[in-house]
Amino acid sequence: MTEDMSQYPLRLEGDNIPMVRFQNVRKSYGALTVLDDLNLDVDAGEMVTIIGPSGSGKTTVLRMLMTLETINGGVIYVDGEPLTHMEKGGVLVPANPAHIRRIRSKIGMCFQHFNLFPHMTALQNCMEGPVQVLGLPRKEAEERSMELLQMVGMADKRDQHPSRLSGGQQQRVAIARALAMRPKVMLFDEVTSALDPEVIGEVTNVIRKLVDAHNLTMLMVTHQMGFAKDISDRVCFFFNGAIEEQAAPSDLFENPQRERTQQFLNAVLESN
Amino acid sequence: MEWRWDWTWEILPRFIDATGKTLMAAGGGYAIAVVLGLVLVLAQRTPYRIVTMCVREVVEFIRSTPLLLQVFFVFYVGPQFGINLSPWTSGLIAIGVHYAAYLSEVYRGGIESVPKGQWEAAKAINMPVTQTYRRIIIPQALPPAISGMGNYLVGIFKDTPMLSVIGVAELMHTANAVGALNYRYLEPYTMVGVIFLAISLPTAFLITQFEKWVRRKMGMK
Amino acid sequence: MPYFEFLETYGGRFLEGSLITVVQFVLATIVSVVVALSFGLMRMSSNLAVKSFATVYIEIFRGTSLLVQLFWIFFVLPLFGITLDKFTAGFIAVGMNMGAYGAELVRGAILAVPKGQWEAAKAINMTPAQRMRRIILPQAFVIMLPPWGNLVIEIMKGTALVALISVTDLMFEARQINISTFLSVQTFGTALIIYYVFARFLITPFMRFFERSMARKIGRA
Repeated sequence: MTEDMSQYPLRLEGDNIPMVRFQNVRKSYGALTVLDDLNLDVDAGEMVTIIGPSGSGKTTVLRMLMTLETINGGVIYVDGEPLTHMEKGGVLVPANPAHIRRIRSKIGMCFQHFNLFPHMTALQNCMEGPVQVLGLPRKEAEERSMELLQMVGMADKRDQHPSRLSGGQQQRVAIARALAMRPKVMLFDEVTSALDPEVIGEVTNVIRKLVDAHNLTMLMVTHQMGFAKDISDRVCFFFNGAIEEQAAPSDLFENPQRERTQQFLNAVLESN
Repeated sequence: MEWRWDWTWEILPRFIDATGKTLMAAGGGYAIAVVLGLVLVLAQRTPYRIVTMCVREVVEFIRSTPLLLQVFFVFYVGPQFGINLSPWTSGLIAIGVHYAAYLSEVYRGGIESVPKGQWEAAKAINMPVTQTYRRIIIPQALPPAISGMGNYLVGIFKDTPMLSVIGVAELMHTANAVGALNYRYLEPYTMVGVIFLAISLPTAFLITQFEKWVRRKMGMK
Repeated sequence: MPYFEFLETYGGRFLEGSLITVVQFVLATIVSVVVALSFGLMRMSSNLAVKSFATVYIEIFRGTSLLVQLFWIFFVLPLFGITLDKFTAGFIAVGMNMGAYGAELVRGAILAVPKGQWEAAKAINMTPAQRMRRIILPQAFVIMLPPWGNLVIEIMKGTALVALISVTDLMFEARQINISTFLSVQTFGTALIIYYVFARFLITPFMRFFERSMARKIGRA
C-alpha cells in the first residue's frame, strides 16, 4: 500500500507555521493499528498535554516524534521541515540518517524511567550530548550543564551516579540532560509515573519553571490531571488511536463535549 | 592440495563406525554425569557443613582442571596400584565425573531458582522433605535446568575426542590413525569436523525446542 | 621415591611447563577477547553478509571440538599455504574456539542493556557508533564480566590440549615425566594441583576483583 506523497508539501512556509505538525500520520504493529490518521499541530512555545486511557496511542505520538518508532504513513513536520522524509525529485521520500539527525537535534525527550546513563555521574550525563554530539569544548559543556543542574536543583549532586539518586532526583537530572542539547521541542513521556507520590512535586515544579521561563514547545503525556490542567495551553484527549477531543484545559476538564471524555475524566477523578 | 573424493568414500565406513563409538562414549559418560551430578548437588544440601564444604571443593577442583589431564590421571593411576582399567572404562569414568561436576551446578541453579515460598507452602501442608523435593521442587527446577543440561550433552559429545589419547577408538582416534597411515590429513580431520557439526547443530536445535515444549507443557512461561 | 624427592628432581620441569601454560593462556585470552568482540558485534550487524559470516564462524567453532580445530589448524592449514609453528597454532586455536563462545556472551550482554538506554542515547542525537561506544558497550562490559570469569577458566583448561601438538606446556611435561617414571599419581596429581591453584586462587580472585572494581567504576556498587 503506497501512499500518494504529492499531497504533502515539501516544507511548511509562511509566518505562522506550527513548530510540530502531524499530517495524516499512521502507525500500526502488524494488523494492530495504534494511530489512525493523526492530524495535530503544536505551535511554537505552546504546551500541549496528551491524556487518555492506556493503549490509546498517546505515548506513541511522542515516540514517533523522537524517531523511536517508525511511522507507517503520513508526514511529521518539525520547524517547517519533514522529520523522516526529504525532498527528492519534487516529492517526499524516506530521509537518510543525516537528515533525520539534523531534524532530530531540535527535539529533546524525558522518559518515564529516566534512562540516565548509569556509568556516568549526573554532570557527565548532562555533558555527554554537548561534548560528543554537538562537539562543544568540555569547559563550555560543563558550564552549560552546571547551569541546568542548578536550575533543576541538582547542582550539589553533580558527581553522583544515578544509582545514588532517588527517582525524583534522577528525573530532574534527565530533564537537565535533555535541555543541555538546547532543543526547540521538549517531550515528557509520563515523567512522574514511576515516581513515589511524595517526590512528584520536585519534577512538576521543574516543568512549571520551564513553562514560565522558556520559549520551549512542549508535548507531555501524563496521568496527573491536576498538573495538566494547571500548566497546559491545550489538552488532547486520545481514544483508540485518535484525538477524541481537544480544547483549552479549563474547557476540556470542566465542560467536556464528548461522552468518552466525560467517562474517562469521571473514572480518573473517582480513583483519585 | 585437492580434496580426494574417491579416498573419502573409501575411508567413510571407518568413520561411520567411529561415529557410533563416539556417540556411545558421549551417551555413557552423560549417563554417569546425570546421576552422579544429582548425588553431588544433594550432598551439598545436607545439614552437615563439613560435607557441604568438601563436596563443594571437589566440584570446584574437577571444574577448574583440564579434562585431558583427568583422563590421563584415571587411566594411568590404576596400574600403579595393580588395577588395570581399559581405555573405555577409564575414559567413561573421567568424562562422566568431569561433567557430573558441571551438571551438579546446573541442578543447583535449577533448585535455587524455585522460590522460597514453594518450600514454605510445602511445609504448610506438612510435606516431608524428600516428598517436597520429588513432588514440588524438582518438577519446577527441571525446566530451567534443561538448557544447561542440553548444553552439556552437546559439550560432552564434543569432548569425546580427548579420549583418543588413551586409545578409545572414537572419531579423532580414527582420523589420526587413517591420517598417519596415508600421510593425508585434509580429508580425515575435515570429515571429523563435519560429522561433529552435523550432529551437534541439530541436537542443539532440538534441545531448544524440547525446552520450549516442556515449559508449555508445564504451563510455565 | 618419596614425594619430596620427586619434586626435587622434577620440580624444575613442572615450573617450566607451567610458565609455557601461563604464556599460552594469556595469549589465547587476548585472541579470544578480540575474536569475541569483533564477531559478537558482527553477529548483530544489520548487513546480512556480515551477520551470516559471523554466524557461520560462531556455529562452526562452537559446533566442533577444540581438539579437531587445533589439529585442523596445525596439520591441515599448511596444505593451504598457511603454516603456523606449534606454539602459535596452539594459542590461536584455543583463542579462536573460546572467542566463538565469548562472541555469544558479548551479544547477550549487549542485548541485556535496557532498551531505554538505546532510546536515551538516540534522544540526545548520538550516532549509532557513538551510542555503541559511549553508552552500550561500557554497560555491556560490566554485564558480561561474570560469565567471562567462567570462560577464562575454560580458556586455561583449553590450553592443556596444545600438549597434543607438542607445545611443552604443563600437560606436556607431566606426560613426559610419567613416561620416564611411571609415578602417575605424583606426576598427574602435581599437575592437577598446579592447574587448580592457578584457576581457583589466581584467575578466579582476579576476575572477581576486576568485576567489583568495574562495577564500582560505573557506579553500580
